Amino acid sequence: MSVELRDLSKSFGGVAALNRVSLTIAQGEFLALLGPSGSGKTTLLRVVAGLDFVDSGDITVDGRSMQSVPARERSVGFVFQHYALFRHMTVMRNVAFGLAVQPRNRRPPAREVRARVQSLLDFMEIGDLAHRYPEQISGGQRQRVALARALAIEPRLLLLDEPFGALDAKVRKSLRVWLRALHDRMGLTSIFVTHDQAEAMEMADRVAVLRAGRVEQVDAPARLYAEPASAFVHEFIGESVRFDCIVSDGLARIEGLPNVQIPTTCPAGQAVALIRLHEIGLLPGPGPARVESRHLVGPMCRTVVALNDDVFDVLATEAAWAPAPGQTCNLDLSRARIYRSEPNWDS
Amino acid sequence: MMQPARHSALPGFNLTFGITLLWLSLIVLLPLAALILRPWELGLAGVWHSITEPRVLASLRLSFGVAALAAVVNVPFGLLVAWVMVRYRFPCRNLADSLIDMPLALPTAVAGIALTALFAPKGWIGALLTPLGIKVAYTPLGILVALIFVGLPFVVRTLEPVIMDLPLDSEEAAATLGATRSQIVRRVVLPALIPALLAGFGAALARGVGEYGSVIFIAGNMPMISEIAPLLIVIRLEQLDYAGAAALGLVMLLVSFAILLLLNLLERRIHQRT
Repeated sequence: MSVELRDLSKSFGGVAALNRVSLTIAQGEFLALLGPSGSGKTTLLRVVAGLDFVDSGDITVDGRSMQSVPARERSVGFVFQHYALFRHMTVMRNVAFGLAVQPRNRRPPAREVRARVQSLLDFMEIGDLAHRYPEQISGGQRQRVALARALAIEPRLLLLDEPFGALDAKVRKSLRVWLRALHDRMGLTSIFVTHDQAEAMEMADRVAVLRAGRVEQVDAPARLYAEPASAFVHEFIGESVRFDCIVSDGLARIEGLPNVQIPTTCPAGQAVALIRLHEIGLLPGPGPARVESRHLVGPMCRTVVALNDDVFDVLATEAAWAPAPGQTCNLDLSRARIYRSEPNWDS
Repeated sequence: MMQPARHSALPGFNLTFGITLLWLSLIVLLPLAALILRPWELGLAGVWHSITEPRVLASLRLSFGVAALAAVVNVPFGLLVAWVMVRYRFPCRNLADSLIDMPLALPTAVAGIALTALFAPKGWIGALLTPLGIKVAYTPLGILVALIFVGLPFVVRTLEPVIMDLPLDSEEAAATLGATRSQIVRRVVLPALIPALLAGFGAALARGVGEYGSVIFIAGNMPMISEIAPLLIVIRLEQLDYAGAAALGLVMLLVSFAILLLLNLLERRIHQRT
């Protein structure tokens, strides 16, 4: 099933949580919503689930408008950040809940419900926890129970709100791989909210970067990293070094580096140049930059460079030429991307 | 008991525990001990005779029966009030919130007189009920009204913090799983509230059993019909039958204790299951 979000807007007390958001999610796709806190990603997820309502815009699922469909009829699996398990029910009854509340004529017989839940729990590798209560199991297990509960109703769409937010790093990592495999095996369509870029980049087919209620860019992880559409995306995903520059005659010039001229299509005026740490080249000096120190960690060499008042890191392979600490050098910034500077930079 | 205290990171165990014990003894144990010791000057047979008088048994039945009934009425309505106070924001909410405490703050005699005035055959509400053949003032029904009045804040105040702590996301989860609003209330909300409902019921019941001031004005106090046990105790005191009064007091104490203990056990059972 495919989901289309058209021009969604919503504000809470005058503050826009969603600002004309449009997105399409294809059948079988795993889409991550990535953004800093307050960017509207959770609101967007809740709106799709029918837990919150937009002020304007429309959500269609397989061409059918969801506007007047209540949450309980959307057949959407929702996994909450803090699991939201029913504390007074066993794991078995938690997972069976969605089947038990169905109208009598659609509800499968009790024995079949039990069998289905048990096989789902086995599939989730938590089959032996069926008779435990939520507070008797670990965080990672609770997350699997929450997921099993959401999947028990055979949802058309799975929504996950920072599902690994409350787990420790190691469990997180293993659940990431497991969840992505589950998505593929069950043929689900999933939307996944996270503020952890590594998580989004590793799991998703496409990542939508949100900022202050707007979609900044939607792209496959590799493209998002290689071709960020805005300075915000560039800085939010991966490490970047930032230089102020001035554009004139189609060339960006960085203050304090008279030799650097980067061709750009950016309009003339104030701009910013952003470059990844490994894209910066160090050229034999003497030059304006001074090497503070060098650290060889793993295959990459991290060189700390000072330029005017700024200090930043440069990553290069061990084999590349690098000046010794205390020496000066020139910088090759030809791979920098130039973006128009934004008046209200808020992050 | 001393061992962990010496090694505890929290200082002052000896002092605080000592004061606690002293205070409990002075305020609770000593009067109770007097109550337990006093009746026996009548002798075993005398005590038995004193507490099995038909008038005494009728008053005990009335006191506990009506208090239980009032608590049963207060639980659903108290739940409703607590729910509305916690979940909704409406004008004059603060005013309504302080109104709930009025039965606690008002001198009980004032409450009793006010209720009597309302429910007397010529009172505002009584005048409406009399043509229907319903008599409230000076009957056991009047006692019920008074006990519902004094018991309400106990249920509301016990439930409010628990409702406040109810995780909203589990209700939302239930909704996304296809549950209707009434299924959510029955299967998710109420089960989570049961321990607090029991506790509120216990508190309202205990208050109702011991209530005196508001009841005696509205009850009519007819022996065998609308005479509550606490009033009988006062009557015995006035007749200088101190041992008889203590005997009746002891019975009330034991029954109340048994009920509260039972509720506590029930609550713990439910707690263990969850």
